[in-house]
Amino acid sequence: MFLPLPALHFALCEKSNRFLGNGHMLTGVISSEPSADIISTVEFNCSGELLATGDKGGRVVIFQREQESKNRLLSRGEYNVYSTFQSHEPEFDYLKSLEIEEKINKIRWLPQQNAAHFLLSANDKTIKLWKISERDKRAEGYNLKDEDGRLRDQFRITTLRVPVLMPMDLMVEASPRRIFANAHTYHINSISVNSDYETYLSADDLRINLWHLEITDRSFNIVDIKPANMEELTEVITAAECHPHQCNVFVYSSSKGTIRLCDTRAAALCDRHSKFFEEPEDPSSRSFFSEIISSISDVKFSHSGRYMMTRDYLSVKVWDLNMENRPVETYQVHEYLRSKLCSLYENDCIFDKFECCWNGSDSAIMTGSYNNFFRMFDRNTRRDITLEASRENSKPRAMLKPRKVCTGGKRKKDEISVDSLDFNKKILHTAWHPKENVIAVAATNNLYIFQDKIN
Amino acid sequence: MFSKGTKRKFSDGGEAISDESLLGARVASSYSLQRQSLLDMSLIKLQLCHMLVEPNLCRSVLIANTVRQIQEEMTHDGSWHMVTEAFCSAGQSPSERLVATEVLCRSREQDAEPKLFSVISYEGCREEEVVADETLCSVSVSNTVSNVCLAGRMGQCWEKSELSGVERDEEVLEDSRLGSGEDEEIATEDGASTESPKTIGQVFGTFEIKNGSPGPDSALEELFSDVDTSYYDLDTMLTGMQSAPKMGPYDLLDSLAPSHSSPSIVSTPNCRSDLNELDHIMEIIVGS
Repeated sequence: MFLPLPALHFALCEKSNRFLGNGHMLTGVISSEPSADIISTVEFNCSGELLATGDKGGRVVIFQREQESKNRLLSRGEYNVYSTFQSHEPEFDYLKSLEIEEKINKIRWLPQQNAAHFLLSANDKTIKLWKISERDKRAEGYNLKDEDGRLRDQFRITTLRVPVLMPMDLMVEASPRRIFANAHTYHINSISVNSDYETYLSADDLRINLWHLEITDRSFNIVDIKPANMEELTEVITAAECHPHQCNVFVYSSSKGTIRLCDTRAAALCDRHSKFFEEPEDPSSRSFFSEIISSISDVKFSHSGRYMMTRDYLSVKVWDLNMENRPVETYQVHEYLRSKLCSLYENDCIFDKFECCWNGSDSAIMTGSYNNFFRMFDRNTRRDITLEASRENSKPRAMLKPRKVCTGGKRKKDEISVDSLDFNKKILHTAWHPKENVIAVAATNNLYIFQDKIN
Repeated sequence: MFSKGTKRKFSDGGEAISDESLLGARVASSYSLQRQSLLDMSLIKLQLCHMLVEPNLCRSVLIANTVRQIQEEMTHDGSWHMVTEAFCSAGQSPSERLVATEVLCRSREQDAEPKLFSVISYEGCREEEVVADETLCSVSVSNTVSNVCLAGRMGQCWEKSELSGVERDEEVLEDSRLGSGEDEEIATEDGASTESPKTIGQVFGTFEIKNGSPGPDSALEELFSDVDTSYYDLDTMLTGMQSAPKMGPYDLLDSLAPSHSSPSIVSTPNCRSDLNELDHIMEIIVGS
């Protein structure tokens, strides 16, 4: 009998179908292409109050958690749409005669320092710093212009009055404050805000640049793995992240399953790593696909800064930063796919980049899989659970039922056989609230938010 | 790597030995067929990149590494030349070969026969594979040429996507790593398949420029001979502080770019650099 994790009894509290509403109105074009709504990134802000999603159409939608009211004691705050804006537009590179997709690859929030919120959003080539601010007051009673904004006739002005601030309906404005462009020849795959809150790094397939948030016209190149002869290229950068506490440390992962930890104090160009993490390959399971499935799709530091987690095609590994030769924990996400690698190579699914995330206390980790399944692992009890994000199988406020994939032999009731998995329904992006047991799961063009049920 | 648990046909004692060796040969050849099929599939994937949007470099690198791995193993086996010829002569249908590739990823313990599982295949995938198999057969005529051809194609795939239009032509003009055999291959390519001439043409399009007669191009070459090609090296420009900052026409642009601008303006720096490039070329032609 499969037992769910004791601390996590998730109930579906809110979901939003982003087909409806704002997105179409903002762009001014009736888009009949549903693929523009595919969610490409999900990120909670530092307090967890806001949840940002980016999609393939270059839009950012921010959800805000409702304040808990005394009337509804039994329910935590739900997430509602707070702001929607078009972050990136499709561009055309005239030199290469290629389109630059507007798809948002990554969103990262800056720590909040005043009433406004700031986030970085990146597509393949450009990073933008957006300021999201609220306006709930309006000044009325100007002297020189009337309420419509038209200038008043000077002869009509006989008295002087002080404008008064009147409340108005809350308006959330998003404005681009910085545009960091023209620094990446290859596609940006990661951005990461440094713990100094002044700098951030951006990584593409072959290079990593360090930016200052105030300076847009130049950046420092800190990693460059481009070979002199492109034909010798065998390895690319797949993800990069700054250490959560040490502003001089960052890591980047590669397509060969290695992670390099670098120290920016050592040299201006961090081509030589300080630490090199790689697990030796198991020779008995070697195949033509070994390298492809070892390619790391995501790397995340734990909140404590002592561990980091990497996601490759079939597993999630937790590494102790002090031990380079092997991970301390390995979790199998969907080992039943190992025998299907050839088909997954054929239909390109083997190149899917799954992300992973830690919970606030670093005691659990989560990652996505196929058939709209996602997996959670409790590091302490070593128990794991498979859940499904789909509308058919979950009603609001109903408990999520654990799912199981049947790997062979007799299929039990409620189990799904490997052959019936839908590989078009993949959960690549998930996020965990930094403090509470609230998770956001992006399933193609739907966003699911699950939270801990209070009994 | 191949499964050792394949069912054996019933045979009486006298033929047991020959059957075993036959079985061994059959298993080995089926592994080779599957390996070849994987190679074909990989080459198709490398070629059929999206032509509108830049192809995913990570994916291309991984596929190319797989191709390299297979090539190395086949060269090591000595079966590189043999198998490609066998494919051309055998009348096996491409779809049969594709199904058989499942054996490649079967684990050792599994003794069951290969199941045809219902993996969702992306549209157009199978069609393209069937078509291109025949063209691949026609390409691999001789040992040395096909080896070189494949290497050239791999490099060309992300070279093409990375370099600018001007840079591409110059580099292709400079290193002629593919010999005269290229002309023959182009001829067979066009002849072999009419269904995907566009994709093959796109891959080999740049080769045609390279192999063109030097007549009208030599004047153009002379014109550009004293152009400082570092201006066209986008990488030096774009990576900023890596070396001593080189003040070129693009640096001025970057410093002029506003710190925040509406999205519609963002796309114009590409136009501006185009115009500056044109200015630069005009200066050289005019000789100022």
